[in-house]
Amino acid sequence: MKDLMTNIMNLTWLLLVLLGCTTFSNSGIAHQRYPADGSFTKVVQKIQPKIIKIYGAGGFRGLESYQSGFLISNEGHILTSWSYVLDSDIVLAVLDDGKKYPATLVGMDPQYEIAILKIDVTELPFFDLSQTLESEVGMKVLAFSNLYGIAVGNEASSVLHGYICAKTKLTVRQGSRKINYDGEVLVLDAMSNNPGAAGGALVSGSGDLLGILGKELKNDLTGTWINYAIPIAELEGVVGDILSGNERVARAETIKPKQAMSTQFLGIVTLPNILSKTPPFVDHVLDKSPAKEGGLMADDLILFVNKRRITSCDDLDEELSFIDQEDIVTLLVQRGEKLMTLDLEIE
Amino acid sequence: MRFLKPDKTSTTKCRLRLRAVWGCRLLTIAICLTPLALSGQENTPQTRSKQDDLDKLVYKAEQERIRIVQSTLKSAISIFGPGGNGGGSGVVISADGYAITNFHVTQPCGTHMKCSMPNGKLYDAVIVGVDPTGDVALIKLFSEEPLPFAKLADSNEVEVGQWCFAVGNPFLLATDFQPTVTYGLVSGVHRYQYPSGTLLEYTDCIQVDASINPGNSGGPLYNMKGELIGINGRGSFEKRGRVNVGVGYAISINQVKNFLDYLKSGRIVDHATLGAQVFSDADGQVVVNNILSTSDAYRRGLRYGDEIVFFADRPIHHANDFKNVLGIYPKGWRVPLTFRREGVLNTIQVRLAGVHRPAELLNAVEKGAPAQRPPGQKKLPKNHKVVSNPKEYEQKKGYANYYFNELHRKRVWDRFVKVTDWKKTEANWQLKFTDQNSSTVELGLNENQVGGLFPLGPELLDLSKDLDQQLVPLGSGGLLVAAHLWKHLLQEGPEKFGELYYLGAMPLPTMQNKQEVFVAVHDVVECRFYFDSETGLLSLLELYPDEMTDPCEIYFTNYQVQEGMKVPVHWRVIWSDFEFSNMQLKELKITK
Repeated sequence: MKDLMTNIMNLTWLLLVLLGCTTFSNSGIAHQRYPADGSFTKVVQKIQPKIIKIYGAGGFRGLESYQSGFLISNEGHILTSWSYVLDSDIVLAVLDDGKKYPATLVGMDPQYEIAILKIDVTELPFFDLSQTLESEVGMKVLAFSNLYGIAVGNEASSVLHGYICAKTKLTVRQGSRKINYDGEVLVLDAMSNNPGAAGGALVSGSGDLLGILGKELKNDLTGTWINYAIPIAELEGVVGDILSGNERVARAETIKPKQAMSTQFLGIVTLPNILSKTPPFVDHVLDKSPAKEGGLMADDLILFVNKRRITSCDDLDEELSFIDQEDIVTLLVQRGEKLMTLDLEIE
Repeated sequence: MRFLKPDKTSTTKCRLRLRAVWGCRLLTIAICLTPLALSGQENTPQTRSKQDDLDKLVYKAEQERIRIVQSTLKSAISIFGPGGNGGGSGVVISADGYAITNFHVTQPCGTHMKCSMPNGKLYDAVIVGVDPTGDVALIKLFSEEPLPFAKLADSNEVEVGQWCFAVGNPFLLATDFQPTVTYGLVSGVHRYQYPSGTLLEYTDCIQVDASINPGNSGGPLYNMKGELIGINGRGSFEKRGRVNVGVGYAISINQVKNFLDYLKSGRIVDHATLGAQVFSDADGQVVVNNILSTSDAYRRGLRYGDEIVFFADRPIHHANDFKNVLGIYPKGWRVPLTFRREGVLNTIQVRLAGVHRPAELLNAVEKGAPAQRPPGQKKLPKNHKVVSNPKEYEQKKGYANYYFNELHRKRVWDRFVKVTDWKKTEANWQLKFTDQNSSTVELGLNENQVGGLFPLGPELLDLSKDLDQQLVPLGSGGLLVAAHLWKHLLQEGPEKFGELYYLGAMPLPTMQNKQEVFVAVHDVVECRFYFDSETGLLSLLELYPDEMTDPCEIYFTNYQVQEGMKVPVHWRVIWSDFEFSNMQLKELKITK
């Protein structure tokens, strides 16, 4: 009797599964992707729990204290844009249901201008970076972000629609770069890159991840703003490196040279090093020094030395001590809102 | 300096890809629109005929969209102030010419404005009512013929990811009377936008990426069924100048619906407050952290530390949810509120108080926000036909247009009198009731003497003294005074009653139909008379001795003919959530 019941149950299951399969094959992919009324409500509902609103430093002089990001792992890793917003002791990540979590910085890459944060939550929906879609010009896209900080509290992020207009490179002006990333970008016709949108997710009409929304970018000459995203395919390597804890750039030299570089040689005078971690702000530069020649100015904040991140005056001294006096020192500095790459050389 | 580095070969490729992708997209859309066609197409060997079928389907879908958009254009209006000042958009919502727009559009126009419609006519219009806080204004177009009007949707059904379109007069382009249509995606719903300036607050609004530009203000936002879901009114612009940057906001049509019957009263209407403040605590609960002891919510039992669970039947997960719900209701409405205290849920009906003092609102209307002046054409078109009716305006302090207040007051009263007219009845009324305990209650209502016999003894009013000090019998909240004023209204009518105005219509928790409300002050007490919008009969009288006290409520039901008059024979008297008396009228005597 028991066997019979089990058999019947098994058969029922089989039937159900078969029925499910038939429905699935009848509906086809097209049906799954676009509902009959052409709306994107299902896709939106699927994506929004993966989008994170990020709050940190800023909130003065027209600098917004918020940006966007999205979950990329089951362990609470968040991919976002690297910016001053993250330069805060407390960075808050807010989910679409309003839950707030403190986020820690796992790592960042100045070249790609991305950062990875982590929150102590698991089992949240996330984008699987190995399952992304190749983006094509003409593709319909949806841009998810917390632009203008509209989505306060438990409000879900904003969604804008548009098309990929071009896949191209943004020209970079030497010396004063507005963005460091020099790879291919997806240019969008949606007004996606607004304040707070950086780090948002660009997805296809079926919800596949295509890219990460870039920062606000304005052409000073024409006054036009460009809306773009960095293709996710370009980021796979760097994201993997950050997640695995590998430093992006290993120090070129492992042994200190005899004739080592120093701030003195370069003509850089930093703030008095009185704290345990005095930020490496330039107090002033000496006349006719390599620093002066290279364009370094007072109040610049030195962020990178030869692509290695430094966070204090001690870091700066340590890093320079590995560089030979005959070599070129490349500094990435923050001047006001701008990031600049400067090459310093002792002649 | 250039940002883009175009590359010729890739451009050509782009175009090819673009075409291919477009093809795919259209294919997908077409398949989705007609799921039945799919099975037939799968095995068709001829690609060409497949393409033809597809073209037809795409064409059909496009035609359908054109039809829907066209159907909405007819009710769109472009608003121009006298002398071309200001301007914006609006939408007609009834055949008799009522139209909705933004308060900030009508503000610079003053009391009269000109509205063009796509039929090629220019109409004169007058202000009816304004909501300066919610940025909504109701105007009326003077038209001899019925006008095409928009169908109102339920905006709570709007979801992020749906398509929508805005119709309006961006940059005041509609000098040929033809509105502009912009199409986009719903980017967010139930958005809360902090007040910009002093009063203006957008709560529970719809965010869209359809282009909303200066001049679109006040115009309609439609869903893809061609139903009105919102009134466009605001955008996020900030540092990018006054053009659309992908973020526009529309006031939800459900909010407008709540205010509509208030706006028709010709008043300057106010928004609501609970008299309590809430915040989201660390556990994600919305908790009362401040409450006025004079508020209705306090009297209904809400206290500091209570967790708000539902408000007006919507779940509250965040302080913003609470603000969103609060923002869509007018002052004076009663809404349910569910709170949790020590694990126990309690539901109360709360009377919402006003946010602003009358002087604040008046100030906002008189001075108000600066006018939006979009660039471009400002002159009025020539050779237009003007239909005008200057009679429909009457100035009175505190009102947007007092004409409409009188109009509705008269309408409601005339309707009531048609059913039962007490004007010519004699002065001496004797009413005999049996209450829920089979005890007898008698009321004697006379011009000079008002008294009653109650189970606990007789009571008498001294009409030469302030009525708010004579709220007898004890526990009724002033049943005798209420009965006295009931008779006063019935015999004297609204004109002679004292200071009396039409508030508008609102739903009440215990009643099926909307109630049209008179607010009246007699002596030092305030009275509210509720007339059923379906039957036209007086269904409730509330007596407020002051703002901080619960009213005495008398619910009148079961109207029957006695002494040749239609009288409510069932009186239910409630004070402070307690039923004081439940009485059946046994006898009515009217004598000299």
